[in-house]
Amino acid sequence: MTSSVKAVEALGITKRFGPTTALNGAEIAITEGETHALIGRNGAGKSTLVSILTGLQRPDEGEVRFAGEPAPPPADRDAWRQRVACVYQKSTIIPTLSVAENLFLNRQTERGRINWRTLRTRARQLLEQYGVDVDAETMAGDLGVEQRQLLEIARALSFGARFIILDEPTAQLDGPAIQRLFDRMRSLREQGVTMMFISHHLEEVYEICQSVSVFRDARHIVTASVGDLPHDRLVDAMTGEATAAYEYRTRTPGTSAPVVLSARALSLAGRYENVDLTVQAGEIVGLAGSGSSGKVGLAETLVGLHRADTGTVTVNGTEVRQGDVPSALRAGLGFVPQDRHHQGFVPLLSIAENATIPIAHKLGRFGAVSPARRRERGARMIEQLDIKTTGPDQPVADLSGGNAQKVVLARALADDPRALVVINPTAGVDVKAKHSLLGAVEDAADRGAGAVLVSDELDDLRICDRILVMFHGRIVKDVPRGWTDSELVAAMEGIDH
Amino acid sequence: MTTTKTSSPVSAAPRGRRIQFGRFRDLTLVPVIVVLLIAGSFVDPIFLTPGNLTNVLQQQSALALVVLAEALILIAGKFDLSLESTVGMAPAVGVMLVIPVAAGGFGLELPGILAIPLCLLVGGLVGAFNGFLIMRFQLSAFIVTLAMMIVVHGLQLGLTQGKSLFELPESFLYLGSATWLGLPAAIWIVGALFTVAIVALGYFRVGRSLYAIGGNADAARAVGVRVERVVWAVFVIGGIVAALAGVLETGRLGGISANQGVGWIFMAFAAAVIGGVSMDGGKGTILGALTGVLVIGLVENILTLKGVPGEWKQLVYGSIILVALMISRLAGGKAQD
Repeated sequence: MTSSVKAVEALGITKRFGPTTALNGAEIAITEGETHALIGRNGAGKSTLVSILTGLQRPDEGEVRFAGEPAPPPADRDAWRQRVACVYQKSTIIPTLSVAENLFLNRQTERGRINWRTLRTRARQLLEQYGVDVDAETMAGDLGVEQRQLLEIARALSFGARFIILDEPTAQLDGPAIQRLFDRMRSLREQGVTMMFISHHLEEVYEICQSVSVFRDARHIVTASVGDLPHDRLVDAMTGEATAAYEYRTRTPGTSAPVVLSARALSLAGRYENVDLTVQAGEIVGLAGSGSSGKVGLAETLVGLHRADTGTVTVNGTEVRQGDVPSALRAGLGFVPQDRHHQGFVPLLSIAENATIPIAHKLGRFGAVSPARRRERGARMIEQLDIKTTGPDQPVADLSGGNAQKVVLARALADDPRALVVINPTAGVDVKAKHSLLGAVEDAADRGAGAVLVSDELDDLRICDRILVMFHGRIVKDVPRGWTDSELVAAMEGIDH
Repeated sequence: MTTTKTSSPVSAAPRGRRIQFGRFRDLTLVPVIVVLLIAGSFVDPIFLTPGNLTNVLQQQSALALVVLAEALILIAGKFDLSLESTVGMAPAVGVMLVIPVAAGGFGLELPGILAIPLCLLVGGLVGAFNGFLIMRFQLSAFIVTLAMMIVVHGLQLGLTQGKSLFELPESFLYLGSATWLGLPAAIWIVGALFTVAIVALGYFRVGRSLYAIGGNADAARAVGVRVERVVWAVFVIGGIVAALAGVLETGRLGGISANQGVGWIFMAFAAAVIGGVSMDGGKGTILGALTGVLVIGLVENILTLKGVPGEWKQLVYGSIILVALMISRLAGGKAQD
C-alpha cells in the first residue's frame, strides 16, 4: 500500500511429492507492509507454499525472493529466519521447557556456557517488547493456547524478520482471543511488518487483510485487494464453481414433539452451574458462548465424558449414568467430539471401520464383525456424506481435515441416533465440506433427531432453531431464530442481559 | 499434554508464585533418600558408617553410568535396551584383543594398555550402529535396541564360548579397583562424568538441544538443531559410557563373567524414571537420575544388611521401586508419562 516493493515473491513454484503435485507453477507476491490473506480449500497447496517460503522445503522448480533478493541457501537457517518468521499451525513450543528457553531455543547463548539469569532477562525484555504478559520462568506446557501463540509470534519476530506467516492462527482461539490477536496484528502492521495470513474464515480475511490470494488445486487462481473480491466471488475462486451460500432450512418442530435430550439442574464446579436444557425431536439447539463459558464442558457432560457434581441427564427418556459414555450411546445418542484428531477417529483404521465402531455389534453375530457388511455400510456412508476417498478401505489418516470430520459425523450418525451432540463440527474444514457437514446435521434433524450444536462459528449456529447463550457457566439467554450477529455476540460477551 | 483447547485469558500466568517449583522437580526423591537413610540406620548400626556408604556408592558406580547413558538417550526422546549387553561385551572384546589364546584371547596380543581404549571403541561402535538403524534407517528404537541387546550379548557368549575371563591385564582392572584420595577411583569417575553431564545439559546449547529434540523434534529442526546428528552422537556416547561401566564392573569383580550386565537395563530404567526422567522424552535431569540410582543402591544395601533371603529380594526390590515411584509422583504433583 505504502510502497510497491514486494516483501516476498514466489515465482513459478512447482513441488511434487511422489505422484502428487502439491504446487504447480504457483506464484504469490506480497507488497511490503501489507497483511495478505492466503486462502484455499484443504489440499490447495497452502501448507506446501508455507514450507517453501520458510525454507523448510526446496521447490522442484521456481524461485523465492525476499525484497527483490534471491532466497538464502536451504541450509542457512539463520539467514531464512532473518527474512521470514512463521507461526505454524502445529505448535513449535516445547512444553517441557520454560518460556524463556523456548524463546531462545538453540540460541540460548552465542557460545560457551548458558547464563540463565541473562537469558531470563533477555526473555523478559522480549516479552515486554511484544507486550506478552507471561512469566519467563513458567513451563511453556502450563500456558494456554493463546499465550503459546503469542510466544511463537514473539519468538518468530525476535530473529529480526519483517515478514511473518501466520498459518491458521485463529483455528484454536475463541472470539475475544481472536480479537486480541487481530489488535496485535494491526499494531504490527503499523510498525511496518508484512504478514501472510491463512484462515478458513473468510470474514476474518475481510476484517484484517488488505489483499488476498486464492489457491486451488495446487495453482494460484487470483490475487486482488479484498475490496475487489466480494464474499461470493472469493468462494467461487476457492471452489472453482459458482457455489451458492448455504441455504438454511426452516423446521417447525411441533410443541408436542417428544423430548429426546434433557438436563436438569446440572452443575460442575468451575465449568457450569445449574443448567437446564431440553431438546425436542426434530430440533437443533445451539450452544454459544466464549471459550470460558462452559459450553464445551456442558456438551461433554451430556455425552458422558464428564460426571456432573449434581443434576441429571436424560437421553431419549432414559436417565443415563453420568460420566459413562457407553450408557449414553446405548440410550440413543450420537456424538461428534471437539477435537477430531484426539477423540474422533483411529487414524490408521479404514473409513468403514471408523464409521461403524458404534454399530459393530449389528454387523455380525457373537462379537464377530463381517468385513463385507462393514464395507457396504462404509460405502453407504461415504455416499451419504459425500466423503472424497478412494474407497471404504482407505485409512482415515490419509483424508483431508474436512473429509476426516465427515467420517466422525458418519460414525455419530451410524446408529440413527435420537439425540445428537455436535461440538465444533466445522473447525478447520473448507467451505464445501462445511456445507455438507451442516447439511448432514440438518438431515438428521429432519429424520427426527434432536441435536445440540456447540460452535464458535456464527455461520454454523444459523442452522439452529434456537440458541442457548452461555456466559461464565450459566445459560443467560435463549435466542430464537432470526438473530443478528451483533445481537448474539453481545449476549456471548455478557454485554446485555 | 498440548490439547488444551480453550484459551485462558492472557494474563493468567501465576505471577504471585515466584518460587519456581520447576527447579526442585528433579529433587523429589530426596525425601525418599532421607527416609531410606533413617530406616537403614535402624536396620543395622553399620549402615550409616562411611565405610558402608562408600561401599554402596562403589557397588552402584557401574549401574550409575548405565543410568547416565540411558537418561541422556531418554531425554533425547529415544530408547536403548542394548546398553546392558554392551556392559559385558565391550570389555570382553577389548580384553580378548590383548590377552593370549591360553587365557581365552583372540591371539592378537595387542599391547595391554590398549585394552580400555579398544573396549570404549567397541561400545561406541555399538551405539553408532544403533544410531544408524534408528536415525538413518528409521526403525523403532525399541525394537532395534531389543534385537541389539540379544545380538550384542550373543556376540559375547559366542566369542567367549560362554566362559568367564579371569586373566586380565592389570591396567584394565585398575580403574575399577584403585583408590584415589581415600575413595574408590570408580566413585570419582562416576562423579566427574555426572558433573560433566549435568553442566552440559544444564548450561550448554548442545545439551539443551537434547531437551528440544525429545520435547518436539520438528520444532527443534525448525530452529536449526541438527536432530539426526545430535541423536546419533547421543547413542555413541551412550555406548561408550556403557562400555566404561563394564570396565569399572570388571575391575571391581576382577573378571568378566558371561552374564556381566544382564538384567541391568531394567534397573537402569527404574532408576532413571523414578528420578524423574520421562519415557516420552524431553523431561528430566541427570541430577534426578542420579538420585534414582542412590535410591536403588540404598534399598539393595538395606536388604543385604537385613539378611533378606535372595529368593525374596526381587519381590521386595520391585515393590520398593513402585513405592518410590508413588512417593515421587505425590511429591512432584504431576501425572507421570
